Amino acid sequence: MNALLALPVVLPLLGAGVSVLVGRSRRAQRAVSITVLTAIAAVAVALLIQVDDRGVVVTSAGGWPAPMGITLVADRFSAVMLLTAAVMLLAVLLYAIGQPGAERNHVGFQSVYLVLAAGVNAAFLTGDLFNLFVGIEMMLTASYVLITLGGRLDQVRSGMTYVVISLMASALFLAALAFTYAAAGTVNMADLAGVVAGLPDGTRAALAGLFLVVFGIKAGLFPLFFWLPDSYPTAPSPVTAIFAGLLTKVGVYAIIRTQTLIFPGALPRWLVLTVAALTMVTGVLGAIAQDDVKRILSFHIISHIGYMIMGLGLATVAGLAGAVFYTVHHIVVKTGLFLTGGLIEHHGGSSRLSRLGNMVRTAPLLAVLFLVPALSLAGIPPLSGFVAKLSLIDAAVADRQWPMVASSVAVSFLTLFALMKIWFGVFWNGPDEPDAIEPPATAAAPGPALMLAPTIVLALGAVLIGLGGGPLYDYSVRAAEQLHDPTAYVAAVLGEGP
Amino acid sequence: MSYVMAGTAATLFGLGTYLLLQRKLSRIIIGLSLLSHGANVLFVNSGRSGVAPFVGKGDAADMADPIPQALVLTAIVISFATTTLLLALAYRSWLLTDDDEVDDDVEDRVIGRHGHLDTEVSDEAALAAAVSVAAEEELPDGHEPEVVP
Repeated sequence: MNALLALPVVLPLLGAGVSVLVGRSRRAQRAVSITVLTAIAAVAVALLIQVDDRGVVVTSAGGWPAPMGITLVADRFSAVMLLTAAVMLLAVLLYAIGQPGAERNHVGFQSVYLVLAAGVNAAFLTGDLFNLFVGIEMMLTASYVLITLGGRLDQVRSGMTYVVISLMASALFLAALAFTYAAAGTVNMADLAGVVAGLPDGTRAALAGLFLVVFGIKAGLFPLFFWLPDSYPTAPSPVTAIFAGLLTKVGVYAIIRTQTLIFPGALPRWLVLTVAALTMVTGVLGAIAQDDVKRILSFHIISHIGYMIMGLGLATVAGLAGAVFYTVHHIVVKTGLFLTGGLIEHHGGSSRLSRLGNMVRTAPLLAVLFLVPALSLAGIPPLSGFVAKLSLIDAAVADRQWPMVASSVAVSFLTLFALMKIWFGVFWNGPDEPDAIEPPATAAAPGPALMLAPTIVLALGAVLIGLGGGPLYDYSVRAAEQLHDPTAYVAAVLGEGP
Repeated sequence: MSYVMAGTAATLFGLGTYLLLQRKLSRIIIGLSLLSHGANVLFVNSGRSGVAPFVGKGDAADMADPIPQALVLTAIVISFATTTLLLALAYRSWLLTDDDEVDDDVEDRVIGRHGHLDTEVSDEAALAAAVSVAAEEELPDGHEPEVVP
């Protein structure tokens, strides 16, 4: 039994309730959210140390033993995801408080944000497929509210696409769960790992494929990504940042968790690798065609999901380690980029490249804050993206997957091109349109301190993950060993007495 | 029994998918709730059927499997909540546009227009028509389309 495991889910839900009660005072709401998210970050650190030290940590709700009761499990992969998510949630919350707009004008923002946090944490910690569904639903329902917070026409239009596609995916998820239960008679993931292995190959492949499609919609895999670049950019920038950083990664986490634990080897490797390569290429080509900072960045999310799935598709310890490392790096860098995108919009009054320009003179700090994570995303040493890409490409070379090596290197170059398009369009060159708004040239800082501070921290994070990549990579390898050989996970869950 | 339930689920999925592909938001919402009903029916049906599962009320082998029923209750509540939210969104959309058609994809049109103007159009009339159609479209943040003759 371990009470630490329940806290990341229970605390934000309690906090959300309290936040509604103290709704009259924005200051009290902020205090509640910041306290809760800081506490979760502390819990996540404690869990990470414990998990790395002792292996898998399990707790059963209500004391019912594993296949019957609801289990919460943390292994190395979920612990590192939990910690990264907690830090991002805190950073983005501070940014949202600093930004004039979404958070200030809406009584419900803080409580909905905490529900989102609870859903994300529940999805990372659950040891049960049905609770994964509940966690993801919790997170999505909160995200429906956040994405349409302003109630503007474009937000409602694109929010509608997002809600409809997510609900369809949820119905499909439920159907997949029904098939799984009918075939295996359990929804506990550790229990399923044993039972599914005994099913006929066709059934296993069908179930694995169904789950890949369901989570592929959430993660934005090719060809299921079309809703993503349409709906993310219209939301307020802190909301987009947290969506970009976390929501798609929950999908990736669910894909990696189900495919390694429950359906190892059920899907042919070429299928997963092809999907990965197509996701990479389509995403980056889409990014190049766009003319809006947030839309370019949204297409990049898709492209980089491809890298993570490539690590999964390689199905070796090195490939999975690369996927784990890449996911952590990408959450930090992508959130940082979207936060800078919000600052660009705040400072320049638009996020269209054709209307922005010359910002390197008016806001040199933003130019640096954008350049660091952008170069990291493209994989320039010594930043985090370099280590992440190197580990994945190294794994692909070791596995002799030459087409994957080629496409991932080519996509890196195209990523650099698309990001430099933003950098030159916004910071270096003049605006294309004569009627463009000139940003105020005398502004001392390009935004409020509370918006700048989290952005600077995340940019530093990209540098630190790169420079101190060794320990994190070693940790990723240990996490990947756990993913690759789930016997310890299964034993820890099923062996735990009441 | 099981065939009837499977047929029901299949019919619900089919109708739901058909309605989901319509352009009216109201139909899409009904389609989505049919889809989730289909999934719920499927889920209830995934366990064994039998007598009510109470301890001491008969042989355990004759009892229905209670787990899918318990799980489906959760799923029903979730789909209820999300449908309500969706209806609120649709109402908001109706207030803003006076219509419940789903709009065209604005950004997609913008990109399409760039591509159209990039290619050499030999037919001057076709180009003029394309430009005038593009100019009529409402663009985000009120920015006027650049009309290249």
